Amino acid sequence: MTNSMNEILETDVMFAIGTNTTEAHPVTGYRIKQAVRNGKKLIVADPRKIELVKYADLWLCHRPGTDIALLNGLAHVILRDGLWDEEFVNEHGEGFEEFKSAVEKYTPERAAEITGVDAELIEQAAHMYGSAEKATIIYAMGITQHTTGTNNVMAIANLSILTGNVGKRGTGVAPLRGQNNVQGACDMGCLPNYYASYQKVDDKEINNKFEQAWNVALPKEPGLTVTEMIDSVYRGKLKGMYIMGENPMLSDPDSNKVKKSLQALEFLVVQDIFLTETARFAEVVLPAVTSVEKEGTFTNTERRIQRVRQAIKTESEAKPDWQIIIDLANKMNYSWEYPGGPEQVMEEIAKLSPLYGGISYSRLEKGGIQWPCPTRNHPGTMYLHADGFTRDKGKFHSVEYLPPAEEPDEEYPLMLSTGRMLYHFHTGTMSRRSQMEELRSEELMMMHPADARENSIKDEDRVQVESRRGKVSTKVQVTDHVPMGVVFMTFHYRETPTNNLTIAAVDPICKIPELKVCAVRVNKAGA
Amino acid sequence: MVDKVKVNINGNDYFVPENYTILKAAEENGIDIPTLCYEEGLPITGACRMCVVEVRGARKLMAACATQVSDGMEVLTESERVVEARREILRLLIANHDLRCLTCERNGDCRLQDYCYRYKVEDTPYKGEVKDFKIITDNPFFIRDYSKCIKCGKCVSICAEVNGAHVYEFINRGFDTKVTSAFDDPLPETTCTFCGMCINVCPVAALVEKSTLWKGRPWEVKKVTTTCSYCGVGCQLKLKVKDNTIIGVAADKSGSNLGHLCSKGQFGWDYVHSKDRLTHPLIKREGEFVRVTWEEALNYIAGRFKDILSQWGGRALAGLSSAKCTNEENYLFQKFMRVVLQTNNIDHCARL
Amino acid sequence: MKKEILVCQGSACVSSQSRDVYDALESELKVRGLEEKYSLKPTGCHGFCEQGPIVLIEPEGYFYCQVKDKQVPKLVDCLQEGSVYEELLYKSSETQEPLKTRNEIPFYQKQKRLVLQNCGLIDPESIDDYINSGGYSSLQKVLSMEPDEVIKEVKDSGVRGRGGGGFPTGDKWYYGRQPQADKKYIICNAEESDPGAFIDRSILECDPHRVLEGMLTAGYAIGACEGFVYIRSEYPLAVKRIYSAISQALEKGYLGKNIMNSGFDFDVQIKQGAGAFVCGEETALIESIQGNSGMPRPRPPYPAEKGLWDRPTIVNNVETLSNIPIIFDKGASQYARIGTQQSKGTKIFALTGKIRHTGLVEVPMGITLREIIFEIGGGIKDDKKFKAVQIGGPSGGCLSEGYLDFPVDYDSLIDAGAMMGSGGLVVLDESTCIVELARYFLSFTRMEACGKCTPCREGNTRLLEILQRIIEGEGKMEDLDRLETLSRNIIDTSLCGLGQSAPNPVLTTLQNFRGEYEKHVKERKCPAGVCQALLSYKIIQENCKGCGICMKHCPAGAITGEKNQPHNIDADVCAKCGECVDKCPFGAIVPG
Ligand SMILES: Cc1cc2nc3c(=O)[nH]c(=O)nc-3n(C[C@H](O)[C@H](O)[C@H](O)COP(=O)(O)O)c2cc1C
Ligand code: SF4
Ligand code: SF4
Ligand code: SF4
Ligand code: FES
Repeated sequence: MTNSMNEILETDVMFAIGTNTTEAHPVTGYRIKQAVRNGKKLIVADPRKIELVKYADLWLCHRPGTDIALLNGLAHVILRDGLWDEEFVNEHGEGFEEFKSAVEKYTPERAAEITGVDAELIEQAAHMYGSAEKATIIYAMGITQHTTGTNNVMAIANLSILTGNVGKRGTGVAPLRGQNNVQGACDMGCLPNYYASYQKVDDKEINNKFEQAWNVALPKEPGLTVTEMIDSVYRGKLKGMYIMGENPMLSDPDSNKVKKSLQALEFLVVQDIFLTETARFAEVVLPAVTSVEKEGTFTNTERRIQRVRQAIKTESEAKPDWQIIIDLANKMNYSWEYPGGPEQVMEEIAKLSPLYGGISYSRLEKGGIQWPCPTRNHPGTMYLHADGFTRDKGKFHSVEYLPPAEEPDEEYPLMLSTGRMLYHFHTGTMSRRSQMEELRSEELMMMHPADARENSIKDEDRVQVESRRGKVSTKVQVTDHVPMGVVFMTFHYRETPTNNLTIAAVDPICKIPELKVCAVRVNKAGA
Repeated sequence: MVDKVKVNINGNDYFVPENYTILKAAEENGIDIPTLCYEEGLPITGACRMCVVEVRGARKLMAACATQVSDGMEVLTESERVVEARREILRLLIANHDLRCLTCERNGDCRLQDYCYRYKVEDTPYKGEVKDFKIITDNPFFIRDYSKCIKCGKCVSICAEVNGAHVYEFINRGFDTKVTSAFDDPLPETTCTFCGMCINVCPVAALVEKSTLWKGRPWEVKKVTTTCSYCGVGCQLKLKVKDNTIIGVAADKSGSNLGHLCSKGQFGWDYVHSKDRLTHPLIKREGEFVRVTWEEALNYIAGRFKDILSQWGGRALAGLSSAKCTNEENYLFQKFMRVVLQTNNIDHCARL
Repeated sequence: MKKEILVCQGSACVSSQSRDVYDALESELKVRGLEEKYSLKPTGCHGFCEQGPIVLIEPEGYFYCQVKDKQVPKLVDCLQEGSVYEELLYKSSETQEPLKTRNEIPFYQKQKRLVLQNCGLIDPESIDDYINSGGYSSLQKVLSMEPDEVIKEVKDSGVRGRGGGGFPTGDKWYYGRQPQADKKYIICNAEESDPGAFIDRSILECDPHRVLEGMLTAGYAIGACEGFVYIRSEYPLAVKRIYSAISQALEKGYLGKNIMNSGFDFDVQIKQGAGAFVCGEETALIESIQGNSGMPRPRPPYPAEKGLWDRPTIVNNVETLSNIPIIFDKGASQYARIGTQQSKGTKIFALTGKIRHTGLVEVPMGITLREIIFEIGGGIKDDKKFKAVQIGGPSGGCLSEGYLDFPVDYDSLIDAGAMMGSGGLVVLDESTCIVELARYFLSFTRMEACGKCTPCREGNTRLLEILQRIIEGEGKMEDLDRLETLSRNIIDTSLCGLGQSAPNPVLTTLQNFRGEYEKHVKERKCPAGVCQALLSYKIIQENCKGCGICMKHCPAGAITGEKNQPHNIDADVCAKCGECVDKCPFGAIVPG
C-alpha cells in the first residue's frame, strides 16, 4: 500500500476494484464503510454484487477479466474531459504521450462493449474519481490473479498518477495483501529475484554485499517462481523441495498437476503446524509451532512491522520455524548462532535490509513502525512518495486489454471465479480447526438464479463442477450476487478442492496464476 | 491549526484546542472523569450521564463527553453536586442490575464496580422492579446476559458504525428499553458477522465470550498483545491466557485496526489447541508416517539435501516459504535456501 | 351578499357527526333548489369543541351549537325566513339567555384570536379562501426584503418558540443563517406529543397555508430550500389537509421553483412521526427523519448549527410558524404590543379537566390563570372547588390556588416550577388526589421516554415506585425527601428535555401540596378519598337502619350486625371496594 489503512477515512473518493474487502479484509472493509457513512464517495467495480455494492455510489459490474478495458476507459474520459492533474503529470509522469495515445481508443463506448458496463456509468465514475480532491484506489487479488495481473496493476497505477493521487495523505493505491505476512515474506526476500528489501539478486554489487555478509558464494541467477517450480518438477528438473507453512495442494491452481508434481519429487520436506494436504506427500514432516507460541514480527499490508509475541509454551515437541531452520543449517555443517533468537535475527535484517534499517524489537515495543524506516531515529513512513517519485515509479505504462486465457464456450459454458469468504481463511488449515467452522462448514458455490433454472438446480443442491482439468463436488447457493454466466467458489475446503478446476495459466511478468477466471460446466450430482 | 482556549478545571488553568470536549481536555491533563458510554472513535451519545460535571453558568450539569470547551470555561469535575449526581446514577444502575458479582465473569474488570467503589456506593435505596432476562446462548461464540446490561449503547454503535452490520438496537421504550437485536431475533438469523467487537466494548458482563466462561477470574488471566495470524491487515489484539491455554481475545488499540477485529481475529484462534496439531517429526516409511526424533529427522533431511546438492547442484532444489511465518523466519528461510542450498528458487504464495 | 353556511369539520366535530349535518344540508339545499343561493362550506375548528357540531351562518354570524342532522330542515327553513333557530343557540350559563353570535359568548370574550383568526371561518382545503382572507401577502412582503431584515423583524417582534422551550425565534433563525452549508432545512414540528393538547392539530386542520407561509419565511430567512412537516401519524385529517395545501400551493406557485418570481425555491415534504412523546424533542425528531430510532442526541451542537444530516436546521413548532405571517402583516412593533415584556403575542391553550367549558383558547400572554379558568372556562364543573391546575403538559407543573393570579408567560411559569410546554392546561377540582395525579403523569412520561439515558430511564421508574408505595399506604417520611432529591438529580442530569422536566409534577405537587403527601404517609389517609388502599369505611350508627343490604353485598364479608341494629365494618377484613357505599339505601356508609 502506498498509503495507510486509516487514510481511507480521509479520502474523498474510494475506488474499489477486484476486492471483496468486507469478506477478505474485513477491518479495511470497516474503514470503507465508515468513510461512506461519513459522506465519502465509493465506486465499486466488481462482477459480483458484493457487500460494498450496498454502500457504493456507483457500481460498475464488469465482466471478469476486463479490468484493463475498464481502467483505460476511465483514463480516456479523465483525459478527454480535462480532469487530469497536468502539473503533477508534467513533473512526475514519464511516458505520458504514449499512454495518452494508448487509451485513445478506449472510448466509453468501446470500454462498455468489452466490459458490459454502461458507457454512461463509466463516464460518471471517471468524473467522480477524476474530480475528487483526494482519491484512493483499493484493490486485491481480483486484480492480480489474472494472466494480465501485472498489466492490471499498471493500469491502476496509471490512473492514480494521471490524477495526481500519489504522495499525498488520503490518496494513493491500496493493494490489499491476502495473508498476514505476505508483505513481510516479500520484504525478506522470499522471492526468486530479490534479496530482502527488493535488492536484486542479479545486481553484482548487491550480490557482493550479501556474499560478504553471509560469508559464502551465492547463486547469481534469479530462481523459479512457485508456478514455474511446479512445472519444473513436472519436467524432472527439480528434485527436492522444502516447503515451510504452505499448502499448494489447495491454494495453487490446477491441483491435479500440483499433486503429480509433488509425487514426482525425489525429496520433499514439509514443515507445518498441521498435516496438510501437501504434507501428506512429504517424506519428512517437521512439526512447527503457531504464531502464538513464538516471538517475531509480521509486516502488514500498509508496511507496518509489528510484533508477534509468545503467549503460551508449546507442550509438544514442535518447534518454532526459525529454530528448525537454524538447526537444519547447523546439521548441514554451518554454524549459525542466534542465541538472541528472533530479536537477533531482526538485528541482522536491519543491517542488510535498508527498508528495515531502523527496526529493532525495543522500538517495536511501543507499537508497529511502517517502512521505509532506514535509521534508528526515523519515525517510519505513513505514505510513500511524499517527496516525488524515486525515478521510474512515476512512469505510465501503456497496457492493452487482453481476453482471459480461457473463456467459456459451448462445452464449458460458465465462468468460474474464485476467492475468499469471511469466516474462513486461505486453505482453511487454521480457521477450519477453530470455532469458525461452526459458522460455515462447507463450500457453497454461488450461482445466478437464471443459470440455476437453466440447469434445473435449486438452492442447496449438490452439483459436480467440471473444468478441462478436473472436477469437484459442491453445494450450491442460488443468488443474484453473481452475474449470469459466472459461478463463484472459495478455496477454503479440502472437501471441495476448487483448485482442481482452475487453470495454471500465469501472468507472463509476475507469474501469478489466473485464479479469477476459467471455464467450467455444472451438473446436478447424480444426474 | 486549531486555536487553543483556556479552560479552568478544578481551579487550574489549562490550554487546550478549542475543538476538545471537556472529557478530552481533562483526560489529557491527567484528570479522570468516569465514563460508561463514551468510547473513543464511536459517536458520542451522552447516554449514561456518568461523566456529568459542573460548568459555571450552566443551569444543569453537563456531560463532559459531549460538551465542547470554550474560552474561559470553568469546570468542576468532583464537586459535591457532581459526586452526588454520579452516586445517584450508580444507585439507579445497580438497582436494575443482576448484582451477583461473586461469580461474575467481569468481577474485578468492571467499570460499574470500579465507580461504585470510587464513589462509595455500597447499596441502592431503590428496591423495586428489576429487569430479569434469560441468558441468551444463540450463537457459538458469546452469550448475552441482559440482566447485566446497563444500556450504554456501545454495542449498538460499534456494530452499526464500524462493522456496518446494524444488528443491535434499543427496543421498547422508557424503563422497558432493552438493547438487543431487532425483534430480539437470534443472532445467527441477523446480519451479525460475529466480529465480536460488541463484546470488547461492553463495559460489564452483558456480552461475554463463551470460551472464557468459568475459565478464570480477570486478574488471573494474562493478556499478551500480538498480531492476528490471519489476513494482511495485521490487526493488533490481546490474547487472554490462563494456564498456558488461550481462552479468548481482547481488543488492543495500539494498531491501525484501532481495536477493531473480524470474526477470525476474535474467535479463530483455537486451532492452536487443536488435537490435529503435529507434535513430533515424522518420516514416511513404506508409505506410512512414523514418529522419529528431531535428531533423526534433521540428520535424514541434511543427508538427502546434501545428496541432491552434490548430484545436481542448487538448481535442483527449491523452497516455498510462508506468508504465515514471521519476518525473521522468512529471512532465515531464504538465507538457508541461498546459503545452504545454493539456490534462488524461493517463493511463497504472495500471488495467491 | 350571498349567505354562507359554514359547517365545522374539525376532528372533534366530525366525531360528533358533523359530517352527517353537512350532508344533510347539502341534500336539503339541493332538494329545495337553493344551491345557488347559499354557499355551503366545510371549515376547521372553532375551539369550542364540547358544543359541536357547530354551524355558523354568515354574514349574520349566528353560531349554532350541537346541531343534529335531523334539525337541518328546520335550519334551512329559518335561513329562508331570515330568522334565528333559537334552540340551536348557545345559552349563557348564568342567565340561560340565548346568545346569537360567537363574540357574545363568554368563552370567546377574553380570547384574542390571532393565530386562530381563520379557524372556523375559511375552508381549509381552499387556497383561495386563504388568499382572500389576506393569506400569502406577508410572504410577498418577506420576499421583497433582505433575509437579514426578515430575521431582524422576527427578532424585533419578540416572538418565542411555542413548542415548549420558549427560545426566541429570531435568535434561532439568526443562528441558522450564519453557517455556510450546501443545504439547510426547515422542520415544522407537528408531532404534538402531549396527549392532552390538540393545538397544532387544529391549526393544521383549519388553516394549513398559514403554517406553510411561516415555513417559507423561515426558509427564505436562513437560506433553506427544503422543509419537512413532521407530523403525528394519528392526525389523519391534519395530514390530509397539509397534503392538499402543499399541492395547491405548488400549483399556485407559492411553493416550488422561483416562488412569486423572487428566485427563491422551496419544497416541503411530509414525514409521519413515530408517536412517542420523546419524538417531539427536536433532536429525536431529526434522528427519526433520518431513519434512526427517535432518540435525542446531546446538544450542543444545536440543530441550527448541525441538525438534519448534519446541516443547519431550524426546528419550529406549528404555532410558532403560524405567528410569522401575523408579524409581517402587522409589523413587528405592532405585534410586540401584545403580551408582556418578555413574552410577546398570544398563546393557545387546550383547556381540559374539571372545568365548565373545555376547548382551545387563544389568549394574550400575561393573562392570569384565573381569567382563563374562571372567565373563559366558566369555572369548575359541578360547583366543586378548584384545587390545582397542571400546566405545560405531562411534564409541566401542578400549581395551587395561590398561583391563580400569576401572569401566564414563559418566565413566570418557570419561576413557579411549571412551564408553558405544549399548552396543555388541565384543571383539577377537590376530588383529585394530588399524589395520584403526580403518579398519573409520571407513569405516562416514564413509558414515553426513549430509554437512552440513565437518570430518566431508571430514575422515573423509581419515583413512580415511591409514589405507588405512598398511594398504597406504605410510604415513609424519608420517601418524601428521596422523591425530592431524586427528582432534582434527574432534572439535573438527564440528556434531553423530557428527563429534565418529567419530575416536575412530582416536585411541584410536593412543593404546593406537601401537606397532602404527609397525610398519606403519616396518617395513612387520602384526603380526596381517591387512594383505595387508604380508604376506610364506617357506618354512621345514627343513620343505619340495620336493613342488612350492605352485609349481603359485601364481597369480603366484612360487615356484621344484628337485624334492625346498626351494623359495623371490620376494617381488617374490608377490601375497600366501596360496594356497600353504593348499596346502602340510607347513605349511612361513608369514607372516613
Ligand atoms: C420531550 C419533549 C417533547 C417535545 N415535544 C414537542 C412537540 O410535540 N412539539 C413541538 O413543537 N415541540 C416539542 N418539543 C420542543 C422541541 O424540542 C423544540 O424545542 C421545538 O420544536 C422548537 O420549536 P419552537 O422554537 O418553535 O418552540 C419537545 C421537547 C421535549 C423535550
Ligand atoms: S459480533 Fe459484530 S456484527 Fe455481531 S452483533 Fe457484535 S458487533 Fe455486531
Ligand atoms: S450489552 Fe453491554 S455494550 Fe451493549 S448496551 Fe448493554 S452494557 Fe452496553
Ligand atoms: S431524558 Fe429520557 S427521553 Fe431524554 S434521552 Fe434521556 S431517556 Fe431519552
Ligand atoms: S460517558 Fe458521557 S454520558 Fe456516558
